[in-house]
Amino acid sequence: MAAEKKYYLPEGLPAPRAQRNGLDKEFWDATRRHELVVQRCNGCGAFQWGPEAICHKCHSFDLGWRKVSGRGRLYSWIRSWNPVHPALREACPYIVAVVQLPDADNVRMVGNLLGDPNQNPPFDTEVEAVFEDHPDATLVQWKVTGR
Amino acid sequence: MSEYTVKDKVAIVGVGETKYYKRGQAPVSEFRLACEAIIKAADDAGIDVRDIDGISGYADDRNDASRLATALGLKQLAYAGMVWGGGGGGGSGAVGNAAAALVAGYAKYVVVFRALAQGQFGRFGQAPVSQYVSGNGAYTAPYGLYVPAQWVALRTRRFMHDHGINREPLAAVALADYYHAQFNPRAVMYGHPLTREQYDKSRWIVEPFHLYDCCMENDGSAALILTTADRARDAKKKPAYIMAAAQGSGYRHVAAAENAHDYSSSNFKTLAPRLFQMAGITPKDVDCAQMYEHFSGAVMISLVEHGFCKPEEIMEFVTFENITAPKGKLPINTSGGNIAECYMHGLELVNEAVRQVRGDSTCQVPDAKIALVASGPMVSPVSDLIVHSM
Repeated sequence: MAAEKKYYLPEGLPAPRAQRNGLDKEFWDATRRHELVVQRCNGCGAFQWGPEAICHKCHSFDLGWRKVSGRGRLYSWIRSWNPVHPALREACPYIVAVVQLPDADNVRMVGNLLGDPNQNPPFDTEVEAVFEDHPDATLVQWKVTGR
Repeated sequence: MSEYTVKDKVAIVGVGETKYYKRGQAPVSEFRLACEAIIKAADDAGIDVRDIDGISGYADDRNDASRLATALGLKQLAYAGMVWGGGGGGGSGAVGNAAAALVAGYAKYVVVFRALAQGQFGRFGQAPVSQYVSGNGAYTAPYGLYVPAQWVALRTRRFMHDHGINREPLAAVALADYYHAQFNPRAVMYGHPLTREQYDKSRWIVEPFHLYDCCMENDGSAALILTTADRARDAKKKPAYIMAAAQGSGYRHVAAAENAHDYSSSNFKTLAPRLFQMAGITPKDVDCAQMYEHFSGAVMISLVEHGFCKPEEIMEFVTFENITAPKGKLPINTSGGNIAECYMHGLELVNEAVRQVRGDSTCQVPDAKIALVASGPMVSPVSDLIVHSM
């Protein structure tokens, strides 16, 4: 059953699009290549997410990107039962995960937790990024790899 | 030091609200609701509405101050201000701004209001439909993370995990709100009591929140009038003096994509000490508290960050007995609040705090002198208020 699903959530949710100011173009370009990158300050080396025009630590405007491993820890997660968008009417419940990336100053990223929506994964368990290709963009999903 | 305070220099002299409706049931426009609530608050204060010369709002209110001043025929507008932020975090902050404007001498009578007709405009509990999403929303919306219930749930779950908390404190808040609403004819849920069984059987919205853990979606308007302490002496009813007000946020609290520095904080940690310092009291001196509850789970975190209990005391402290009027240790949300009176973005909580210290609440805490309001946990800015009677 689950293997037949093309995507974790049905089509009809909005597709991510890079900001016109170029702030996160590298991120969305990288997910297309199945790489996970995080904004990192060329001045002081601090990571930040979401991306910003300025480094919050040293105020440098010289910001770059660093490829990370895609391994993280499950910081929090919810099972969502209420269809908050028409496209989700038949898709509940589903799990939204917040993942910390230890190799990027523990910045957090949001995605879905792949697999059984009724699973109860432990907090802080190890997870890994999985790239989900859509026509317009590639999403970053997560799967549990830890115990 | 004492020169730089609003303490006892300003009072709330009138409160008012329209009839509160379920979402989509208001028979008149949101703007008309705002006008009605302001007129009622002025009547309660015993002033001519035309003598209002300041308007203080929050939550990106659609009802522009200048349009209101024009429609109501105010003789002049001497102050118009708004707290940043799109939710209930600015409720107490708008009162604080009004107090500051009065102490600064900008205006003589300032109205704080909120008007909200979710049936006529967008719903906070539903996502807008679009083909693309750009900016911070692009990191969350494609994964079905859209609405406040979800991000408050994410933070609450982490807090519950870190402190070994089960759903009992959440149930206590929802049941206390419904209990209090049964005494309050203004409440949308007046006449609709909630049993523990109904609570437990209600559908999940997002774990750990059942339906009754969530605020309602409503139409209506609430307003209150502030003036200086010398003018307050002429008010029709007992003034509720401002003991302290504060607004703000902790370090990087709204960093995008769930990157708040102190993730499961209610965001009151930096405000509460300033608030109590200005008031010159401690949490033990507070007779009742109106704790913004968009979702029940955020209340226990707000209580902790205001010093009412420690995280390890939540299971013992946040019980139905302890938080209900008249006998609880700390009665909270004594009008029914956002969950059972009306989701007026928490301004109904400010009106209730005023009624408590005036002594005319529908669920009166005996001899209540000091009432605290905490507006909008987990957003930025959040805000706080303490009122008292003298």
